[in-house]
Amino acid sequence: MTKAQADTAMKVIEGGKSVSNARDLLRIVIVGHVDHGKSTLVGRMFHDTGSLPDGKFESITEMCKRRGVPFEWAFLMDALQAERDQGITIDTSQIWFKTDQRDYTIIDAPGHKEFLKNMITGAAQSDAALLIIDAAEGVREQSRRHGYLLHLLGVRQVAVAVNKMDLVDYDKETFDRIEAEYREYLRSIGVEPTFVIPVSAREGDNIVGPSTNTPWYKGPSIVGALDSFQPKSDPVDRPLRMPVQDVYKFDQRRIIAGRVEEGVIKVGDELVFSPSNKTARVESIEAWHNVPGRKAPTQAEAGYSIGITLDEQIFVERGEVISHVEHPPIETDVFRARVFWLGKEPMVPGKTYRLKLGTLDAPVTVQSIETIIDTTDLSGASSHQVERNQVAEVVMRARRMLALDEFETSPKSGRFVLVDKYDIAGGGIISMEGYADQRGLITARSSNITKVEHGIDDQARAFRNGHKGGVLWFTGLSGAGKSTLAVALEKKLFEKGYNVYVLDGDNIRHGLNANLGFSPEDRAENIRRVGEVAALFARAGMIAITSFISPYRSDRDRAREAGGDDFHEIYVKADVETCEKRDPKGLYKKARSGEIKDFTGISAPYEAPDMADLEVDTSSASIEECVEQLTKYVEARFKM
Amino acid sequence: MDRLDQLESQSIYIFREAFNRIENIAMLWSLGKDSNVMIWLARKAFFGHVPFPVMHVDTEKKFPEMYEFRDRYAEEWGLNFIRELCPPIEEVDQSLPPAARSASRKTAGLKAAIQKHQFNALFAGIRRDEEATRAKERVFSPRGQTGQWDFRDQPPEFWDQFKTEFPPGTHVRVHPLLHWTEIDIWLYTQRENIPVIPLYFSQDGKRYRSLGDQDITNPVESDAATIEEIIEELSTTKVSERSGRAMDHESEDAFERLRADGYL
Repeated sequence: MTKAQADTAMKVIEGGKSVSNARDLLRIVIVGHVDHGKSTLVGRMFHDTGSLPDGKFESITEMCKRRGVPFEWAFLMDALQAERDQGITIDTSQIWFKTDQRDYTIIDAPGHKEFLKNMITGAAQSDAALLIIDAAEGVREQSRRHGYLLHLLGVRQVAVAVNKMDLVDYDKETFDRIEAEYREYLRSIGVEPTFVIPVSAREGDNIVGPSTNTPWYKGPSIVGALDSFQPKSDPVDRPLRMPVQDVYKFDQRRIIAGRVEEGVIKVGDELVFSPSNKTARVESIEAWHNVPGRKAPTQAEAGYSIGITLDEQIFVERGEVISHVEHPPIETDVFRARVFWLGKEPMVPGKTYRLKLGTLDAPVTVQSIETIIDTTDLSGASSHQVERNQVAEVVMRARRMLALDEFETSPKSGRFVLVDKYDIAGGGIISMEGYADQRGLITARSSNITKVEHGIDDQARAFRNGHKGGVLWFTGLSGAGKSTLAVALEKKLFEKGYNVYVLDGDNIRHGLNANLGFSPEDRAENIRRVGEVAALFARAGMIAITSFISPYRSDRDRAREAGGDDFHEIYVKADVETCEKRDPKGLYKKARSGEIKDFTGISAPYEAPDMADLEVDTSSASIEECVEQLTKYVEARFKM
Repeated sequence: MDRLDQLESQSIYIFREAFNRIENIAMLWSLGKDSNVMIWLARKAFFGHVPFPVMHVDTEKKFPEMYEFRDRYAEEWGLNFIRELCPPIEEVDQSLPPAARSASRKTAGLKAAIQKHQFNALFAGIRRDEEATRAKERVFSPRGQTGQWDFRDQPPEFWDQFKTEFPPGTHVRVHPLLHWTEIDIWLYTQRENIPVIPLYFSQDGKRYRSLGDQDITNPVESDAATIEEIIEELSTTKVSERSGRAMDHESEDAFERLRADGYL
């Protein structure tokens, strides 16, 4: 294939747009509590808009007669024998119909809690949702859960049908009460329903046109409400995101294949691949088509599955995210997520799952379960595990850097699924609240650097000093006793002839780190610099004692990497209650009153070490005992 | 992005996912309009190549026009083409009604072919709008050791994250056209200028809307003699696409039982 051949399907600046007479298509999911009439509403809508295929009405009549049950619209979509026999929708289904305005795919979703995975499968494909509530039963558990999940899944357009109005004699007050209750719930999760409509699917009220049974209702019918929804627009105006799906070498070209999820990619653009941080320029956008004479595309927008070639042969692989240099994704090995769990086994802390995010596939471990969210009243509860069908806030940790985004800004690169053994066991959306983008910390900004070899080796220094150099990295909550212990240990070791120096948080911030604030990124940079400085002290032959809360495992791991073999992580342990009681700087009080935000242990996380080299517990041992323990530890490891 | 662009892009994404994640995959070619579009989309996904075998499980009862089409385009499109035969009809369960028996014979041929070539997965060109049990399908649909479909407990599938991990022995059907409708197929065939078997066009007031074995497939009343006329016809018709396929109609759950047993 030559460059002269182009893909008509791709939007091309020079070649002109493709035109087709295909109508707009909108996908609508029907959700709600079991038996509130989802399948019936779909059946009625099809009948009243004249969309039923020939003979369908008769065949449904026949099926019902055979079972000795009254006419059942639900049989239109409940295709499985088990569904018809039990009168319950097991799996999601789809059916097509059209109005004057456009075509619709109607997705029916099961309302039974047991089939939540099928409800999610259906709802996740939709542009908009119609949520059904039984007027006689009112707002029920799945009415709320489904509303909540729609929001989690990113479905923002919702209309509500209050069904079975015939059973409450088309009573306006009943309708008003349900509308008020459910609107309030939706508002609390950030959803504004477009319409709340009184209907009777069985009787056909307000399905395609106004009903004489509800003269007090002035809004649109169900079909009118559907026509008011807008199709989801492709996020072309967002920063470029294109996950690498595969790399092909079918012929002389090396083509990087993927779908543009957000933004626009153009020939000549400088790209960065995350998290490898390699860069290259777009040489060409590749396409296959048999229409000769068309120009090759010079750009591709969000939504298109494309291939590109690069101006340099760099090694990149599936799972990396392509972006422009100016707007790269976040790089991190830890993130916060709101997950919905579908697994047969509960989700438990410490367990490793496979994370699938875009085309990335990487192991991640559940670091902590923060809260289980009750979707009926949005209250939170703590738990040691997330059960099937529960929603929870969790913190996940990876073994290496991941490239991702927050769901709020970039939905497609901010959501993921977790795989347990062979099965998709849950889905989640990402928030980085309280966690830093670590890209700046790992990206080497200068090239042309050559390390100078020292003329004196470590051992020569150790012999002169009588001890090795190293880092004692104290980590623990504010008020745990880090600084007190650090200073006492420094004194003790100095008296014993050690070259020792304490690096303390506030002191460092006065000088070296005076330009850093308290944003997650600045906090991470603060710790990175301290880690590097402590490592220099160690290499100079001294023992550096650092005294920083350093709440994040990623930051401490980076300091360990800088410090090498002589890095010792010391966990200065005391529970929050003890620390808050001590409160030497009055900070806990300020944190409780809200004067200080994001305070570790109160309103921001403290990630305790998994395997500290030494643990000193200041809530059960005295300062003297702790210093003694530390001194013994140092003498055993540092003395020549 | 218009509707056909969206459909095409999604199909390409599915092809590329399956090709990357699953070893030893092949495509089923029934010679009908849908599987011709499917081959076309594969060539788009892989820049002119079809990097896996394309298999026709032959009942030897198709129309001559279909065999002609197959032989011509297998060569013209540069396909790695495999033909496998179905077992004789005498070997199939005698108690089944005639059409179901034909379908069952095809299922047996399919299972034998999978066994012979040790395929872990097959691309199949089914669509949700064809039939109500197909409407409940997943894009990546696992089958048991003997090919059966457990429709009561299908895996969740959302955000384009498909089930790609399977216990040993699982066979997978991948459905790149699941989200297309009949009219989409024709609109796309028209836009892309994809070759069409002439049986789909009206002759003497009848045409085939869906092509299967000669003895169990009937034409429908139609004057549509061009793709444009077919598209026009489909935008108003209320006759279902598979109304000419006898196997669907022998009993209420005929097709469900066929599919549970491994039929496409």
